[in-house]
Amino acid sequence: MSRFLALVVQTLVAVALAPALTGFIRWLKARLQGRRGAPPWQPYFEIRKLFGKEAVVSHTASWIFTATPFVVFSTAVVVASLVPLVVVPSGPFVAGDLFAAVYLLLLGTFFLALAGLDTGSPFGGMGASREMTVVALTEPTVALSIVALALNAGSTSFSQIVAHTLAEPSAALGSEHLLAFAALFIVTLAETGRLPVDNPSTHLELTMIHEAMVLEYSGPYLALVEWGAALKLLIFLALAANLFVPWGIALSFSPVALLIGLVSLIVKLAVLSAAVAVLETRVAKLRLFRVPELLSASFVLALLAVMSTFLAR
Amino acid sequence: MNAMGVALSVMVAGYAAGACLAALAPSPRAARLITALGALVGGSGGLAAAIIVFATRSPYDVAFPNLVAAAGGVVLRLDLLGALFLALVAAISLPAAVYGITYTAAYEGRRSLRVFGLMFNGFLLGMCLVPCAGNVFTFLLAWEFMAVTSYFLVMTESDHPETRHAGLWYAAMTHFGFVLLVPMFLLMAPGADQTSFADLRAGAALLPAAVRSGVFVLALVAFGSKAGIVPLHVWLPRAHPAAPAHVSALMSGVMIKLGVYGLLRVAVDFLGTGPAWWGGLVLLAGSLSALGGVLYALAENDLKRLLAYSSVENIGIIFLGIGAGLVLESYGLHALALVGFGAALLHSVNHACFKALLFLATGNVDHQAHTRNMEQMGGLIKRMPQTATLFLIGSAAAAALPPLNGFASEWMVFQALLSGAQIPRPEVAIGTPLAVGVLALTSGLAAACFVKAFGISFLAMPRSEGAAHATESHWSTRAVMGVLAAGCVLLGLAAPRALGGLSRVLVSLSPGKSIAPAQTRAGVWLLSPHGIAQVSPLLIAALLTSVIVVVAAVMRVRGLELRHADTWGCGRIRQTPRMEYTSSAFAEPLRRIFSELYRPAEDLSVSVHAESPYFVRSITYTSQVVPWIETAFYDPVIRGTRALATHVRRLQAGSVHVYLLYITGALVVALAAAWWFE
Repeated sequence: MSRFLALVVQTLVAVALAPALTGFIRWLKARLQGRRGAPPWQPYFEIRKLFGKEAVVSHTASWIFTATPFVVFSTAVVVASLVPLVVVPSGPFVAGDLFAAVYLLLLGTFFLALAGLDTGSPFGGMGASREMTVVALTEPTVALSIVALALNAGSTSFSQIVAHTLAEPSAALGSEHLLAFAALFIVTLAETGRLPVDNPSTHLELTMIHEAMVLEYSGPYLALVEWGAALKLLIFLALAANLFVPWGIALSFSPVALLIGLVSLIVKLAVLSAAVAVLETRVAKLRLFRVPELLSASFVLALLAVMSTFLAR
Repeated sequence: MNAMGVALSVMVAGYAAGACLAALAPSPRAARLITALGALVGGSGGLAAAIIVFATRSPYDVAFPNLVAAAGGVVLRLDLLGALFLALVAAISLPAAVYGITYTAAYEGRRSLRVFGLMFNGFLLGMCLVPCAGNVFTFLLAWEFMAVTSYFLVMTESDHPETRHAGLWYAAMTHFGFVLLVPMFLLMAPGADQTSFADLRAGAALLPAAVRSGVFVLALVAFGSKAGIVPLHVWLPRAHPAAPAHVSALMSGVMIKLGVYGLLRVAVDFLGTGPAWWGGLVLLAGSLSALGGVLYALAENDLKRLLAYSSVENIGIIFLGIGAGLVLESYGLHALALVGFGAALLHSVNHACFKALLFLATGNVDHQAHTRNMEQMGGLIKRMPQTATLFLIGSAAAAALPPLNGFASEWMVFQALLSGAQIPRPEVAIGTPLAVGVLALTSGLAAACFVKAFGISFLAMPRSEGAAHATESHWSTRAVMGVLAAGCVLLGLAAPRALGGLSRVLVSLSPGKSIAPAQTRAGVWLLSPHGIAQVSPLLIAALLTSVIVVVAAVMRVRGLELRHADTWGCGRIRQTPRMEYTSSAFAEPLRRIFSELYRPAEDLSVSVHAESPYFVRSITYTSQVVPWIETAFYDPVIRGTRALATHVRRLQAGSVHVYLLYITGALVVALAAAWWFE
């Protein structure tokens, strides 16, 4: 029972922390660019404001448009309940493994792309087309990174992968881990719509991918979509942190272990999001047709990771 | 006569009566009803027979040795593998038959519904008999019967030139496969009078390794041409759009699966699997088909051609499962190999369900909007809400999204391939992860493809008069599609149970060997080979639903104000369908990235005003994707065949004397050969 409660609480913590993560990246970026920037908790105000507003729905839109925010948000929440955050989910309440997590996030993207097309706006269609292109091209890298990790641990389940790295600390610095981490980090940037693939703060419709797709959303619907996107970012960063550097994660349900787990999660997320913020101030957005080059580079990294697991055996 | 005999008799009699009575029907309306009635009776009989075999877990034999005794007689033997595919044929034929009643009404007065009914029931009978066949003669007879009747069904709208073109391709490709089947069986048969499948199995064990490999390659090419693997897939995107929707559903959902059945029967059952390179070859064929199929599906604007290419993709996924199984088996990893074969069988069942649903929904759209071109559709979700929702369920299943059925089988294929990466051989340890990458890219592209298929066809504003005035089609068609959609959902949620049932089939394929513990433990969990990774589609569905319900309830309590307004458009006055993203535009980024594969023929002509080149009068842009791989592969073959035929024609002198000379010559050679071998 305590396991189940811990999972529920951990999922809720992730949902609650997600806006702060985006806020933190924005704040740090502003500081790095010499601006004051809004405080890191600004996204909470925005979500609250959006929930209080009315939603404008296009005449052209169908039920797909109104259902999508719920699907996007709930897939992100369900994935958050699968991944290792403060504790490693294990036992009969964990609905799936790494593949299931990837496909659940794909379900959210699938609906978001449909919603982009639903309003008949050229921007929505453009965003949907580009988003699906990027997502399709990231899938093989994600799968091969999973293979590289799974080959070491002998399983695609999160708990096994984390347990394996904890048992063999030297593996964390092994070439396959480092290569897979690099591959997964590039994919994280692409999947969560960060620079250099997509610009989350652009206001020029023609350069947008994710933002163009959700252009028609407003009010509570927009709040759900944005919250879901923030949660997705948190999930990817937490995966990159906990699958490769799992130390600090709670192995028991004692309050001390949980506290250490929570603090270490926040520290790891802060480090990774700082890396994202630094990267975003340093690089420019790639042309859309240069993105496949970046993604194929990440694919090669993941393939090298798989090959080095084989060579290391 | 026992229950099994009754069931099989009902099956044959139902189809035969449906075929004959439809051909003699007094009116087109009666012909339609009789066609469906015969198919329903026959399908129920077939389903009952399959269920009996499954329940008793014992094969059923019946032989008519005097029927065409010279060829070995007609022998029927229904074992568990056959029963699975018989169940698949029968289960999909029932909704297709009901759908046909109203769908073929549009042919009244234009086509002979009597001939259609004859061929439709004949086609179903042929398909049902293929998995029941117990000797070579029966198998080839049923196989050819299925091919010929389906040819006539493809040619239903033979007044269109492209339909005749499609029919020619279909006939050529299906007979190419048939031509290879005969030597394959000849190689395996130990003696002239030993052509039953049991003899073949016994004989195959004694064959030298080279002959076994020869049999395997023949089987892969022959059955692969029926299944539609790249590069033998050319007939699918031609024949599927030409046939009526419910025939396409049967051909794409079920008939191509009989190619999978044939390959499993020969490679796993008769030959008992072989060296690792067999599996490697199947993995290569599967990877090419999966990736090639989905990439061409993405570039397609014709909805039915898109679905046909998507069938090529799914056959590729099935072959990836079979290939993983063959590779693992060759290294003695029997329990893991069964995961691969099980995944292939599960995906066969799943694909049959969602592809039949998608083809039937497309048929409704075709009849209502009078087009199959997605660029002419749009907004159909408001005109045909139920068809749209059903198409969405099929699309999500085809894109392998959890918790629907496509996800479960693709997850199993992933796990089977992952087991291959643990074999300490460089070619396997690198090859199988590459196959994982191919499968992942395929599923990502499939998601993009079905966003396009559903989003462009059903959402936003109608792009043509036909789409704007579409109405929902007859309730019976929606009802049968609802059954298929429920199948997609249930097969997804109960995938562990389904896999538990399939494990019986797998055990029967290789008696005496133990089965993976993962598959005997049915429950709500799909388990990976070692039982460490697990996924529960049921739990995923429950969690998703509960989160959605909670969030929606919170929003409702807080109160949600809605205002309807125009789509935002940078200050333009009125939104028109011309502003929407089109099917070509949606696929454009991927078309550019994979331009080497598509090599689109583009033509842009701009006519400008005579006074000034800055005033454009009109712009014409045409772009066409002709799969150059197909032309590069087939053009030389077609040219060569033509040249050969021209030379052979000289034999046909037209003079009786020359023919008499041929006959005498042939007789002398035959006698000499008989004397020589005596």
